[in-house]
Amino acid sequence: MRNWRTPLDADKVKVPVGRVVVINDRCKGCAFCVEYCPKDVLVMSEGFNRKGYHPPEVVKDGECVNCNLCEMICPDFAIYCLPAEDEAAADEGGPN
Amino acid sequence: MSTESDATLAQEHPIAPFLRMDRMPHIWCPTCGIGTVVKCFATALDESKVDLDKVAITSGIGCTGRVAGYMNLDAFHATHGRAIPFATGLKLGRPELEVVVFSGDGDLTGIGGNHFIHAARRNMDMLVILVNNFIYGMTGGQNAPTTPETARSSTMPFGNFERPFNLPHLAASCGASFVARWTCLHIRRLTKTIRTALNRQGFRFIEVIAPCPTLYSRLNRLGSGLDLVKFYHDNSEIKHGADTRELDIAFQDRFICGNFVDEERPTFLDMMHAHYKERLGDRYVPMPDEGGWLHE
Amino acid sequence: MKADPAGVLTGVHYLDGDYACGEGAMAAGCRFVAGYPITPSTEVVERISQRFPMMGGTFIQMEDELASMAAVAGAAWTGSKTMTVTSGPGFSLMMENIGLATMMEAPCVVVNVQRGGPSTGLPTMVGQADMMQARWGSHGDYELIALCPQSPQEAFDLTIEAFNLSETWRVPVMFMMDECVGHMTEKVVIPPAEEIDVVPRKLTDKKPDEYKPYEVNGKPVPEMVRAGDGYRFHTTGLTHDERGYPVMSVECQSVSVKRLIDKIRLNADQIVRYEEEDMEGADVVVVAYGITARVTRAGIDMARAKGIKVGFMRLIVVWPFPETRIRELADKVKAFVMPEINYGQMVLELERCAAGKATTTLVPHGGGGVHDPADICKAIEEAAK
Repeated sequence: MRNWRTPLDADKVKVPVGRVVVINDRCKGCAFCVEYCPKDVLVMSEGFNRKGYHPPEVVKDGECVNCNLCEMICPDFAIYCLPAEDEAAADEGGPN
Repeated sequence: MSTESDATLAQEHPIAPFLRMDRMPHIWCPTCGIGTVVKCFATALDESKVDLDKVAITSGIGCTGRVAGYMNLDAFHATHGRAIPFATGLKLGRPELEVVVFSGDGDLTGIGGNHFIHAARRNMDMLVILVNNFIYGMTGGQNAPTTPETARSSTMPFGNFERPFNLPHLAASCGASFVARWTCLHIRRLTKTIRTALNRQGFRFIEVIAPCPTLYSRLNRLGSGLDLVKFYHDNSEIKHGADTRELDIAFQDRFICGNFVDEERPTFLDMMHAHYKERLGDRYVPMPDEGGWLHE
Repeated sequence: MKADPAGVLTGVHYLDGDYACGEGAMAAGCRFVAGYPITPSTEVVERISQRFPMMGGTFIQMEDELASMAAVAGAAWTGSKTMTVTSGPGFSLMMENIGLATMMEAPCVVVNVQRGGPSTGLPTMVGQADMMQARWGSHGDYELIALCPQSPQEAFDLTIEAFNLSETWRVPVMFMMDECVGHMTEKVVIPPAEEIDVVPRKLTDKKPDEYKPYEVNGKPVPEMVRAGDGYRFHTTGLTHDERGYPVMSVECQSVSVKRLIDKIRLNADQIVRYEEEDMEGADVVVVAYGITARVTRAGIDMARAKGIKVGFMRLIVVWPFPETRIRELADKVKAFVMPEINYGQMVLELERCAAGKATTTLVPHGGGGVHDPADICKAIEEAAK
C-alpha cells in the first residue's frame, strides 16, 4: 500500500513492529503463513526441520507489523508474533 | 534449534493453554485446514470468556474427530456419528455444561445424520462445529454425504453421481437456531462467529469448509491444500442472512458463506422446564444445573 | 449410603416387572434415562417419565437406540446414574455404545426385557435368547456383568443391585429381564429409603494436575471424575493409556485391555450370585434363571415325587458365570439339566465348566411361552438314569 500523501497524524501513529517466532519442529511446511503475510516477511527456508519440512524464515527484518495473521492461520500452531519491544521474547525465527 | 528452546517456545505459544501440548505435533496433514479451525475455536473460547472448566467437547471418528483429543478441556472421543447424542447426555446430565461438538461432515451427517436432525429439531443446547472437507478423509477418501456431484472419491472412482447435502439448509430446516458457514481461511470472521455462538443458546451449527490435501484434493487433482483453500476463499461470496436454499455447493464452483440464522428460540431444556412447571406446578422438581448425581 | 427418599416409593404395591424395575432405578438414585420405545420394555420408561419430573430426574426419548446408549454413556460422565431400557432389536443396536461404555469404564445399566427373536421375532412374547449377546454382543475383548430377575420383586431389588455393581466396578451392567417377568404383576414391597443401601458415585480425591483418568495403582478400578469439575480429562473409545490418550501399540493394548478383562474375571468371586436349593446328595442339578427358574420348580417337584434327588441352582448374576461353583458341583453330581427359553446359550457355559465330569442336558424352548414342567421333569428323569 502506498500513501499518496503523508497522513496529518503520521508522526503520532506508531506502526507496530513485531518479532516472528517459529517453532521449527512443529512446522509441516504448508506455506499458509508465507502466502498470507500482508508484508511478505516470510519465505520457506532452504533448511529442513527434524521431520524434513521447510519451516518459514523471516527475510524482511523489522517489517513484521505484529498483525498475528500467521499465528491465526497456521494449522500447526508453529508460528506466532510478539511485539518487538518485548525483550523476554524468544529468538527470532529461522532454522538452525 | 535445540530441543530446550523448542519446549520453552511451546509453553509460550499463545494457544498453548487451550491445547494438550504433550500431544503436539498433531496428526493432521500439511495444509489440512482443521488446525486453523481449532485455532479459531480456541481464540473464540478465550475471547468469549466462557468458563473453560464448564466446557465439554465431544468429537466422533475421523480426522476432525481427533480435535477433542487435542483440546485442553473435558474431552470425549465417542463412537462414529454419536458425538451429538453423547453430548446430549452430557448436557442433560449436567445442564450447566457448555457442550461443544466438533466433528466432520461424514461423521455428523452420514452415520450421525439421524442424531443431527433430531438435536436440531429439539433445539438441544449445544454448539456444533462441522469441518466439511467433502470426503471421508481418515479412512482413505470415500464418498461423503457432502461430496459435490462429479467429484471423485475412492468409492466413486468415476465421479460422484449422488446429490450432496446442503448442510446449512438441513440444519435450519430442522430447527437450528444459529446457522453459519465459513471457510477455514475466513479466520477473523469464523472466530467472531464462534465467539458469538458461544454466547447463544440452542442448537448452534457452524459449517467450516476446509481442504483435504491428501485425499479430496489429490483424488480430484486440485493441487495442494494451499491451492484448494485459496480456491475456497476466493470463490466464496459472503451473503449474511441468505436463504439457506441457495447454499448448495457444486464441484469447484462459487458458493455462499456467512451468518444465516441467528434466532432466540427456547431450547429443549427451556421448553421442558416451562412445560412441567405449567403442568405440575409446585410438584415439579427440576434437575439442578450441576446435575442430579448421588454422592455422599 | 442410604437411598435418596425422593426416589423411593415406600409401600406394598401391586406392580408389573417393568414398573418395578423403573422403581428400582429411581430408588437407586438414577436421575437420567434415555430410551427408545420397544415392546415389551416400554413400560419401564413410561413409569420413569411420569415420576422423574417430581424428583429432579430427566428422561428423554431419543431418536433411536444408538442415540439412547450414546446419551447414557455421555451422561455417566456427569456423575449421574444412568440407564437405558430396550429389548432384543434395540439391544443389537446398542452394542456399539455398550462397547464404548465398557472401554471408557462408564457406569450405567442397560435393561433388556427379552422377547422372542431373532430380528423382529415375537415382540410381545417371552424369550431368553439374548443371554450370550449380553456377554459377547459388542466387538472386541471385554467383560461385563449381567443379572437376571425372576419376579417383579426381584426386578426392583436387583435393579438397585445392578446400579451398585456398575458403580463399584465401573462397568455397564446388563439387566436381563424377560417379557414374562416384565409383564407379570405381583406384590412388590418397597422398603423405606433408610433400609436401601446404594453405592454412590465415588470421585477421586486427587487434584487436577495429579489426576490421570485410568491410573489404577494396584486397585481394580480407576478413580472417576465428572465433566465440569475442572479436571480437563480426556477419554476415548480408542485403546488408551493411563492419561486417557490414544496409544496404538501392542503394549498398550495388552496392558489396558487386559485390565478391563481382569477387572471382572479376577474379581468374579465377589460379583457372582446364585441361589441353591436341596443340593445335599443331589444326583441331578437343574440350573435355571429368570422366569424359567419359576417354572423349573414345578418340574423339579414332579421329579422329586418320582424319587429322584434333584438340586436346584438359580443364577442371579449370569455373567460372570459361576464357573468355580459349577466345577465344584461337576465333581459331585451326575448330571446338570438346564432349561432355557432358547436353543442353547447359557448351557454352553454350563457344559464348558462341567468339563465332561457331569453330563449336561439342555431343555430348549423356542420362545413365545414358558416350558411345560413335564418336559423339565422328563429331562431330569433321563439325566438321572
